[in-house]
Amino acid sequence: MAMVVKDNNGQGFLEKIYIPEIIRGLLVTSRHFFKNLFNIKQVPTIYYPEERTEVKWGLSPRWRGRHRLTRKDDGMPRCTACMLCATACPSHCIYIEPTESADPAVEKYPAVFMIDELRCVFCGLCVEACPCDAIRMDSGIYSLTEYSRANFLYEKDVLMATERGYKD
Amino acid sequence: MILDALIILIKLALVLGMIMNLAGLLTWAERKQSALMQDRIGPNRANIFGFTFYGLLHPIADGIKLITKEDFIPARANKAIHSLAPAVAMFPALVTYAVIPFGDILRVGGREINLQVADLSVGIIFIFSIASLAIYGVMLGGWSSHNNYSLLGGLRAAAQMISYEIAMGLSIVGLLMIYGTVELDDLVRQQGYLIGGWLPQWGIVVQPAAFFLFLCAAIAENKRTPFDLPEGESEIIGYFLEYSGMRFGMFFLAEFADIVVASALLTTLFFGGWQIPFLMADGFHLPGGFSLALPHLLVVVLQVAAFGLKVVFFCWFLLLVRWTLPRFRYDQLMRLGWKYLFPLTLANIFITGLIVLALA
Ligand code: SF4
Ligand code: SF4
Repeated sequence: MAMVVKDNNGQGFLEKIYIPEIIRGLLVTSRHFFKNLFNIKQVPTIYYPEERTEVKWGLSPRWRGRHRLTRKDDGMPRCTACMLCATACPSHCIYIEPTESADPAVEKYPAVFMIDELRCVFCGLCVEACPCDAIRMDSGIYSLTEYSRANFLYEKDVLMATERGYKD
Repeated sequence: MILDALIILIKLALVLGMIMNLAGLLTWAERKQSALMQDRIGPNRANIFGFTFYGLLHPIADGIKLITKEDFIPARANKAIHSLAPAVAMFPALVTYAVIPFGDILRVGGREINLQVADLSVGIIFIFSIASLAIYGVMLGGWSSHNNYSLLGGLRAAAQMISYEIAMGLSIVGLLMIYGTVELDDLVRQQGYLIGGWLPQWGIVVQPAAFFLFLCAAIAENKRTPFDLPEGESEIIGYFLEYSGMRFGMFFLAEFADIVVASALLTTLFFGGWQIPFLMADGFHLPGGFSLALPHLLVVVLQVAAFGLKVVFFCWFLLLVRWTLPRFRYDQLMRLGWKYLFPLTLANIFITGLIVLALA
């Protein structure tokens, strides 16, 4: 395929005397100015807290949001407290306390499952490590806001209460 | 006597009110205009009971914020000069405005009121002498902070302003040669004459080259992009590095007041000041012989309005330039000032002289 490389690097005479190029630049910016002045609605800005991208465009299914723990049919966590996620986590922000389960079919489950979302780098390695599909990052929550650092330690009950955030 | 003093006070209040309000409005206009130019929305959050007034409340919110902020003075700074510098920076912008005429002579009740705060016989020279004081605010601010970065910023500013002051002063010499006066009200009055009966004798018509040279030098004097190396707010930081609260705000406001002054000067020198084409003291006289008589008061109001509109237009234009062009490198800045603008202004004076001589 023939390719034409126009390589004058602004060295043509008109570019060198600079003034026509300045006027061209001013025309471009003032065109945008007047276009938006008379029709501000066409500006692609999203008014964030009132308007949200996931509502407007939807999130990608691969997108990593805040963690959630999936549940079995009986409402217990799918997690078997195998510690694989805590081991895989590069920022060591998953804290699990395993305990024996009353259910004879289940060996153990996490009595405490805590993620420090401030230390989490949202790499998703915990999700990949989990053999039971017990931890997922498909909550669709990207705005994590709390009033204190301690509140960023998300406990099992919060993580389990979160539902899948978006449709495929 | 008392009436005279009262009239001067009213004129002062009018001019100061206009310049300070316009400077305050420009802080809003700059954000809103840059937003529109870049396909954004701009300030729209500050509100009173949900009414945002197109973001117009932001300057007020900023003012409250700046006044209530901590006023920090570095430990080893020179406290007196550090506190004084913002005022020194603000002062020239406000004082230069005194000699700029914003309307023709107003006649009420047998009294002639010159719509100009101070009718000095040295007009334009006064403006340049005061404008060169603006360097002090910047340099003192940079030096007294006891911080190498602000010192360097102050030095950059001083070098730049001195260089461009020369081009600025020389660029209007041709204009003064043609009009033969340095008094600004006289200068504006002469711009009302028509060349060949239809072309207003505005500065841009008789001295187009000088207009571009002056515009360029005026933007450089304002220390704004593309000549914003003294501050370089996005990365290098300048002379006001150690300032906070309203003291920083005063440097900031001085910059906007400088824009208003530059716009007023551009209007007065090159765009006929308060003149409206074909509007004489007694009404419109179009070249085709058509004329429309207007009462004196209406004419004066129209003229003052025309002056205000022109100033606002140039404020808009200067903001447009600021948000369009990228910054120069420092050597490019110096080269432009000394190797291009300076010789060009000299050439402009020479050619104007030749033409004036040939026509005489
Ligand atoms: S996303 Fe990464 S950093 Fe966050 S908890 Fe999972 S493994 Fe740890
Ligand atoms: S890897 Fe899965 S099953 Fe194992 S502890 Fe983590 S969440 Fe629970």
